[in-house]
Amino acid sequence: MIDAYSILWSDLAALKRRWPRYLLTTLMSPVLYLVAFGWGLGRGINMNGTSYLEFVIPGIIALTSMTTSFNGAGTRLNVDRLYFKSFDECLMAPVGLPSLLLGKALIGVVRGVLSSVAFLLVAMLIAPHIHISLPFVIGLLLSCLTFAFLGVLAALLARSHEDMATFGSLILMPMTFLGGTFFSLSQVPFGLKMALYALPLTHASLFLRAAALDQPLPWTSFLVLMGFFFAFLGGGMMALKRMSV
Amino acid sequence: MDNIIDISGLSKEYSGKKVVDGLNLSVEQGELFGFLGPNGAGKTTTIRILTTLTKPTSGTVLINGIDAAKDPGKVKEVFGVVQQHLSLNRDLTIGENLELHARLHHIEAAERKKRIADLLDYVELSDHRDYLIDDVSGGMKRRAMIARALLHRPKLLFLDEPTVGLDAQTRRRVWDLIRRMNREGATVFLTTHYIEEAEALCQRVGVLHHGKLIAIGSPLELRQTLGLVAVELQGDGNGTTYRYFPDRAQASKFIQDLPSSERVIMRASNLEDVFIELTGQKVTGD
Repeated sequence: MIDAYSILWSDLAALKRRWPRYLLTTLMSPVLYLVAFGWGLGRGINMNGTSYLEFVIPGIIALTSMTTSFNGAGTRLNVDRLYFKSFDECLMAPVGLPSLLLGKALIGVVRGVLSSVAFLLVAMLIAPHIHISLPFVIGLLLSCLTFAFLGVLAALLARSHEDMATFGSLILMPMTFLGGTFFSLSQVPFGLKMALYALPLTHASLFLRAAALDQPLPWTSFLVLMGFFFAFLGGGMMALKRMSV
Repeated sequence: MDNIIDISGLSKEYSGKKVVDGLNLSVEQGELFGFLGPNGAGKTTTIRILTTLTKPTSGTVLINGIDAAKDPGKVKEVFGVVQQHLSLNRDLTIGENLELHARLHHIEAAERKKRIADLLDYVELSDHRDYLIDDVSGGMKRRAMIARALLHRPKLLFLDEPTVGLDAQTRRRVWDLIRRMNREGATVFLTTHYIEEAEALCQRVGVLHHGKLIAIGSPLELRQTLGLVAVELQGDGNGTTYRYFPDRAQASKFIQDLPSSERVIMRASNLEDVFIELTGQKVTGD
């Protein structure tokens, strides 16, 4: 655990040097989504007694946790591994593989939480009824952990920077728009609905939305998200074992 | 004296092609050993195997008597590495890069503070501790990498082309550092494609060609196998040919018997001559 913190320490040192710029850039996409979909397209739409704005904000938080955690851990590791080549230094240090994996994922979690909280603060200015509860915080943390480990897994499998971009285009981009962020899954045909339930973001959105709107919590989604977390963690561990002696 | 590196039957294949082929090699404790080879000879692959970054296809590597495949964690405590490419984290300062390395090697806070200050002084970078990596020169980056590799006081140092891309003056400073590290007890395993570097620094040199060790010995021993005196014959349009002789007397006699039109240079042979004769190639970066 100390080794994982050591790795996180270096990433935090780098983040500390440019956190204002980081927060500004990380807020851009979710705020644009909020303005375009929440205020623009969705104005006047009612989602079973909830305004579309209140419906979409938890989805955007789930989406923010996904993109920032994935990129915070994955892009960073990809650069360390293939561009800076500084990941070799970690591999040559007397550090256990679980600590190494966790250390590389933790910066994704930190960035995911920071961005999500920053967006939440902005969102609460226009939708103060968002309900921040313990399940919401736990759901957010689980979402950040899951996507941070997905980022680490992708970065360990990637053979080039293009591979990461391809992963983003083929996996993250469809999830962004289809993962229950902007619309309710009850509105889509059965076959598509089943396909969308196979996406981790769908479950993050469902859980965070229910928690934020103080509705009955979909624990099945929480468990499925946890399943994804363990799958990405296991995949990352296997990828790391394969590349180290 | 005990061996700090014992390699036996080491092979590495990529897509059926042997990059390292049945390598057997031992390096004694306290030695400054040079590993030479032309482009693609397998030098960097060998170093990557020795430093636990790459799995061998077959063979065993013992570092300080520990099997690198069976107990990589313990082996990692024994060596330090300066890689061929820049492997510093460019988002961090020089001091932070060293701090991270010290933390990963479990050096206590007070001790790591002292060691970082001492080593930055050692490599003359104390004034640049808080500079980001991209804000310092190539020579400073290389010295920072050396300081980092020494931080956990390794018994064995792998230096993979440590002076590549450096100007002559900086290269000499790095040479002094390498000599000093060796004098102070560290075994140094050096790969280089600067032949004069191996000649100036190494007590023993191994020549790797197509993944095989084709010669090993001190620079003088290797030169003796070829001849200590070289004669260059610069023919018209036929390029330069080389002849080697055990001493100046025999070389002079050979020159006297040549036609007067021949342009001739007599000089001491060097490791590059040995290398070219052995491999038929100039030494280039791996």
